[in-house]
This record gives sequence, structure tokens and C-alpha cells, in this order.
Amino acid sequence: MIRLTAISRTFYMGDQAVYALNDINLHIASGEYVSVMGPSGSGKSTLLNIIGLLDKPDSGLYELDNKPITDLSETEQAQIRREKIGFVFQSFHLVPRLTAAENIELPLILSGMPPAQRQIRVNDALQAFELTPRAQHRPAELSGGQRQRVAIARATIMQPSVILADEPTGNLDHQIGAEVMLLLENLCKTGTTLIVVTHDRELGARAHRQIAMRDGKILTDHTHDTD
Amino acid sequence: MTLTDTLQTSFKTVVSYRIRSLLIILAMALGVAAVVVLTALGDGARRYVINQFSSIGTNLLIVLPGRAETAGAFPGAILGQTPRDLTLKDAQLLGRLPQVRRYAPLNVGAAELSAANRLREVTVLGSNANLIPIRHMKLAQGSFLAHGFGHSAQIVLGAKLANDFFPRSQAIGQRVRLGDKRFLVSGVLAAQGEAMGYNTDEIVIIPIDYAQAMFNTTSLFRILVEAKSHSEIDPAKQGILAVLKQSHDGEEDITVITQDAILTTFDRILQALTLAVAGIAAISLIVAGILVMNVMLVAVSQRTAEIGLLKAIGATSTDIRRLFFAEAVWLSLVGAMLGFLLGQFGSLLLRLIYPQLPAWAPAWASIAGIIVALATGILASLLPASRAARLDAVKALGKK
Repeated sequence: MIRLTAISRTFYMGDQAVYALNDINLHIASGEYVSVMGPSGSGKSTLLNIIGLLDKPDSGLYELDNKPITDLSETEQAQIRREKIGFVFQSFHLVPRLTAAENIELPLILSGMPPAQRQIRVNDALQAFELTPRAQHRPAELSGGQRQRVAIARATIMQPSVILADEPTGNLDHQIGAEVMLLLENLCKTGTTLIVVTHDRELGARAHRQIAMRDGKILTDHTHDTD
Repeated sequence: MTLTDTLQTSFKTVVSYRIRSLLIILAMALGVAAVVVLTALGDGARRYVINQFSSIGTNLLIVLPGRAETAGAFPGAILGQTPRDLTLKDAQLLGRLPQVRRYAPLNVGAAELSAANRLREVTVLGSNANLIPIRHMKLAQGSFLAHGFGHSAQIVLGAKLANDFFPRSQAIGQRVRLGDKRFLVSGVLAAQGEAMGYNTDEIVIIPIDYAQAMFNTTSLFRILVEAKSHSEIDPAKQGILAVLKQSHDGEEDITVITQDAILTTFDRILQALTLAVAGIAAISLIVAGILVMNVMLVAVSQRTAEIGLLKAIGATSTDIRRLFFAEAVWLSLVGAMLGFLLGQFGSLLLRLIYPQLPAWAPAWASIAGIIVALATGILASLLPASRAARLDAVKALGKK
């Protein structure tokens, strides 16, 4: 479903070239649970950004659902992000002035869905993530775990086929982090592809497939059965 | 993203940044209000002056001794001396012109009015019976001076003078002394207040020959002439010039001012003045626009992470641009509307404080004020909106 062929991405620090991704070849099937681990600067976040269409590779081919999407227009890529990809960030990235319900509703608004339908979807999501009592609370009034649940609800509200999570438990304590991971893993069980970028070995080990990166290259790529 | 959602989302944003939005709206509102109030003031002054000139008569021509080319804008009145005086004979000649309905010779001076143990220096107009219809004056009591050049020593008192001198009795029929002559009060003017620089409630009017004797002059201050119709004004002017040239040994030494010309000149001057003050006020709108741009640029900077998030969840650059653009539209629109209301309120206050000033903002000024405010706000939002739309999603998300 996700196929990266000879993907490279280079950044420049002054005159010096830094190879964030160097000739990456990767295939991730639908419904896979993949963790990407590696030290800072290994290229894991750049990989996630390219898969999430937030960044463009300098060279190589990116295919999603067997369609090359590297050269799509900005509007077409935005539509794919909206419909097929959900992001979960370490720092939640909730809009502080909006309530939990309004934050969850944002992708639906961008998609142009009529308000009545949006309301139903948001209510379902609030219920699914046990956020109904907190629907009208602003992020500042929520705990870390609740904020991340709002972020996950927002990431899944469009029923994407891929969830990209960048250090999703980085700002949470161990117990809340585990609860958040369970939520994400449950999504994976319903057929959503889950790609988690993390420093945390324990967290990475929960994935069916573990990719280790260093210096912009895939160092190891193990698949194991966790069930 | 639909247009309704764009407008609703941007409106919520405007509301959520309360202080910031209020300050921008206030700046915009003050700009529009300044345009409305200043144009109301300018146009009010224009209408006030026009009304004043209109109220002095209809189809009116004013004949002055001396030529404007040599004596300046108001010959005779300023210098007091002209080569050849206007006389009652001249006035009678004008009365014979076919275009002239009526005429009133005029002398103006000051004298002491005394009666009932009271004494006061008053402005004295010497004229004939036609002064009342030509100058649109009204009598409250009695009758005006007898037709023709008065032979009886009659006097007409202004409303305030009549009331001050005879507070408990009828002024009509009373004897008063003006200068060293005794007069019989034949009429009292209706209260009219100020018109053309003097208060008609505090003047007295006596027959022209008595006035000339009192001020020891044979020369007239003015001759007021009323043409038979609006279309007769120009022929009347030509007729007057021709008749008086002939009477003055072939020398054109008088000036004829038509009411229309005065009205047109004042209208033009005051309209230009109104436009000038509107222009000055519009500068404050441009300043408000720059404020909008500044605040929006700061907003883009403050909301960089939010813009990154919107891009991550599928917003296009166009969506982002529209959101910021719509915010500016809301701020400008609310500011413009509030400014319009403030301006109307300011104009109302002006009318309450100065009831004689018709300080109504012209429709064009209100519309122009609102449009300029909207255009300034929208133009000012283009740069911040475009900057927001161009933000790199990855970098934006990385910003705290």
C-alpha cells in the first residue's frame, strides 16, 4: 500500500549537505503496525513527513495505494492528507482557542462536509474516545492523556487508511502513554496502517514490524508476531 | 472548505482574539467615524451657508456701488468709498426695468433707540416696503412701512427689541426715539434670529429717506432687486448694468451680484472643503489598514504551528489564504459598520449641540468611508494571508 522506491532527501546546513534520507526503499502493506526507531538525526521524522506528504523527496518514487503521488499538485496532496492520512503528534497540536469537539471537527470542516453530518461524526468520535464530558473544554482544561485522545480522534475522524504518529507518548507519563498506544493499536486492528516514530525501544517493540534507521538509511527491518 | 465554513471559522477566530480584534475594529471604526462626522460637518456647513443665502430672497440681485475688478470682492462695503454713489434715483430707474418685479434700496447704520426709559444702540436699516417680500421677512404684528418712499416717520422693530422695550404692552402704536427723531412703531418683525451676519430680531427698519437724513447721506449701501423669474436673472443683470451705465455718464461703475452666483460659488468652495476633510479623515483609514496588516502579520507568526497543523490535516494553501483573508474582512466590516454608527451618532451630537447646523453626513461619504475601510483592510490582509499560505508545513509544525 505504501511503497517508497529510492527515496532521498537532502538538507543543506550552509554549504554542507545533510542526507536525511538516503536511497530508502520501503514497502508497508495495508493494516501493518510499524515502528520506526533511531537516534536523533537518523531521518525517521523526515521519513514520516514524506509518507505524510508534508515534505517532498528530492528523488525517488512514492506510491500510495499503487498510485505514484510524488508529483501530485499541492491541492491533490492536501486532499490525500485529508482523506487518507491521520497525524498524531508528540505535542498534540490542538488549536488552543477551540474546544475538544471543535478540534476534532477541523478535518471535517476542511473536507466541506455539511454541519449536520459533522455533528454526528464528532459525537461518535467523542463517545468512542470517552471524551463526551470534555467536548466543550479547551485544550488548556484537559489532561495530557485527554489532549492526546482528542488529537487521535481528530486524526481518525476522516477514517484514514494510514495513521502517522510521531512520538505519540513523548509528553505523557508511562501509564497514560500505554493507554494512548492501546487506542492506536485498536485502530490498527480495524485495518488502519499505523506507523509510529519513537525513541522509546519499549514502545517500538510493541509494533509488528520494527524499522531501525541511522544516517538516513534503514539499518534493520524486522517483522515479528506480537499476538 | 466551503465559503460558509470559511466565514464561520474566521469569525470564531476573530471573536476568540477579543482584545486584538477590538483594537483593530476600534481603529477602523474611528477612521470611518471621522470620515462620516467630518463630512457631516463640512456638508452641514455648506447647507447652512446655502440656506442662509437662499433665505435672503428669491431670484435676488444685489447692486453695489463700485466695480469688483477695482474694489475687490465686496466693492464699497470694504473701502466705503466709490467713484460714484448709488442713489435713490438709480433705484427708481431699476424699478422700471421689465425684468424686475420689485426693488428695495438699502442704507445701514447705527443709532440710539430710546423709549419707555430704555436706551440702546441698534442697527438701523433704511428701506422701503419691498424689503419685506424681497428679504423673505415676516411681520409678527402691525404693518410694514407704507409703500413708496415713506413720508411718515414709521418704524418697524425687531422681535427682541419690541419685547425688550415694551415687555408688558403692545409695541404697535408706541412712540420711540431713534437718534434725534421720533417714530411711530407701525410693525414688529417675527423672530427670525441670525441671517447673513446680523440678528434681525435686534434691528429697526425705517423709511429710506429718514435713514438717509439720519446718516446724512444720499448714497445707498445696496439696492436689492428681485427678478420676475429665475430665467430673468441674467437679463435683469444686463438691464441693470446698462441702465446704470447710462445713468452714470457711460461708466460701468457698479457691481451686480446674483444670488445664484453666490450660491454656486459657496457651494463649490464648501464642497471642496468637505472633500478635503473627508480626504484627511481617509488617511486615518489607511493608518487603520496598516494596523490590520501589522496585527495580521503578528497573528501569522503567532499561529504558525496552527497553520502547520491545518496543512497536515488537509488544508490547501488556498484554504489558509481564505481564512486569513476572511478574518480581515470581518475585522474591516465590523469596524466599518461600527464606525458608520459612531459617525451617525457623532453627527447627531453635532446637530444637538448646534441645532442650526444641518450636520447630516452625505450618503456618498458614508458609502465611501465603508468601502475604503473594507478595501484597506482587505488589501492589508493580502500580504499576511499570502505569507501564511506559503508557510512550510514541516517548519510550521516544528514551531512552538
